Amino acid sequence: MTETQSDDALHYPLSAPGAMTPPVEWPRLRQKCPVAHVTLPSGDRAALLTRYDDVKLALCDPRLSREGLARPDAARISAGEAGSVFDSPMARALNAEGQERWRRMVGKWFTAKRMRALVPRIEAMTDRLIDGMLEHGRPADLVRHLAFPLPVYVICDMLGVPEHDRDDFKNWSDTFLNLSRYSAAEMEAAHRDFAEYMAALVAEKRREPKDDLISRLIAATDAEGRPMSEPALAATGQALLLAGHETTAGFITTMAGVLLADRSRWERLLGDRSLIRSAVEEVLRFEPYTGFGMLRYVHEDTEVPSGVVLDQGTTVVCSMAAANRDTGAFAGAEDMDLGRTPNAHLAFGAGPHSCLGQPLARTEMQTVLGVLLRRLPTLELAVDPDALHRVEGLITTPLSELPVRW
Amino acid sequence: MKITVDEVKCCGAGQCVLIAPEVFDQRDEDGIVILLDAAPAAEQHAAVREAASVCPAAAIHLGEEA
Repeated sequence: MTETQSDDALHYPLSAPGAMTPPVEWPRLRQKCPVAHVTLPSGDRAALLTRYDDVKLALCDPRLSREGLARPDAARISAGEAGSVFDSPMARALNAEGQERWRRMVGKWFTAKRMRALVPRIEAMTDRLIDGMLEHGRPADLVRHLAFPLPVYVICDMLGVPEHDRDDFKNWSDTFLNLSRYSAAEMEAAHRDFAEYMAALVAEKRREPKDDLISRLIAATDAEGRPMSEPALAATGQALLLAGHETTAGFITTMAGVLLADRSRWERLLGDRSLIRSAVEEVLRFEPYTGFGMLRYVHEDTEVPSGVVLDQGTTVVCSMAAANRDTGAFAGAEDMDLGRTPNAHLAFGAGPHSCLGQPLARTEMQTVLGVLLRRLPTLELAVDPDALHRVEGLITTPLSELPVRW
Repeated sequence: MKITVDEVKCCGAGQCVLIAPEVFDQRDEDGIVILLDAAPAAEQHAAVREAASVCPAAAIHLGEEA
């Protein structure tokens, strides 16, 4: 590689000084070393991109791909990656289905129109969770009472999972996402129970279709007239949980955390609810927990906008979170501006692989924020912002808890 | 303002529909963008510019001729 930088490869992910503060290396990397050698937990080398224009190009350019990460010379995140979510029966069932085809069939569920129709149901679910939190009394953990359960309930609602089974889903999802906390046997049992549940759910929806995603996918055929396969239908449920649960829970937690850490932000929103939409986008841009970023494999030599050539065979880590703080792309990038427009942040990626569920994540965040402002205008953190801890996970790193009072 | 959209690039994120619902819609069958108004009135221009700049697939192109 031709980038200028020192010989000591940084260990990635970079550590951050606190739950609400980004890694201290970001500004230096963006300015001096936009393509940096890093060592992943597996010991493999990768190139870390931190500038907005570079990250955006790497995510969009067809000379780089996600599929290439399966090649033997591509870097692995962790040594024990086999058996993880990226190499599971679910991933195989969905890959067999074809990424583009699956995306088209599921993607139609995420139109803006459908999201608007979901709002009253998300509001009702949020209201009930807040009732539970009020019953518990203050201080209460906003993660446990609201941010963690809500996205599972929303996904269950979309899939057509009955209300009394939602907590099973919550527990399965928790197991899938915690690669370190549960044993291989517990993980296997959760995968098996989940697969059995989904198979039974699919059979039930075949007998008695309702207005939910699984019923629609059973009835739907793609442009070539093929229906979605049975394993892919079941895997779709798991994919949506994996993609939509922890991430959205993390976003809701971060949103409450950053808005309350500096309470003038919360008060500005109380005074002007029309800022909710732009505030959610700014939270997504500003998200202070790092996230791992997205990996791409370089298929042919590619020059990125900062002038560095990525050599064929390189694995790159695109740090969307670092790019979102690039002063070259955002005026006052280090400051939170709840009214920022336009706000072309990269929290959901960019290009053809950008997050399928982004309209749902946005809708959930906007709805939760609106309900919180209405129900709990006096909401505040019950601890010092510096005392908040992050969960170190493989996929995302949300706050482990967010104690609040009102 | 003259708008064109690239249906092949569009990834169905729906941001444009949320920001400028009078100008953009999505097909029910696959979520791909539908351009409702290729030459919108001046009061729509700010929203259309925002929609174009935040489109994750860069699928909205703006020309300045009428």
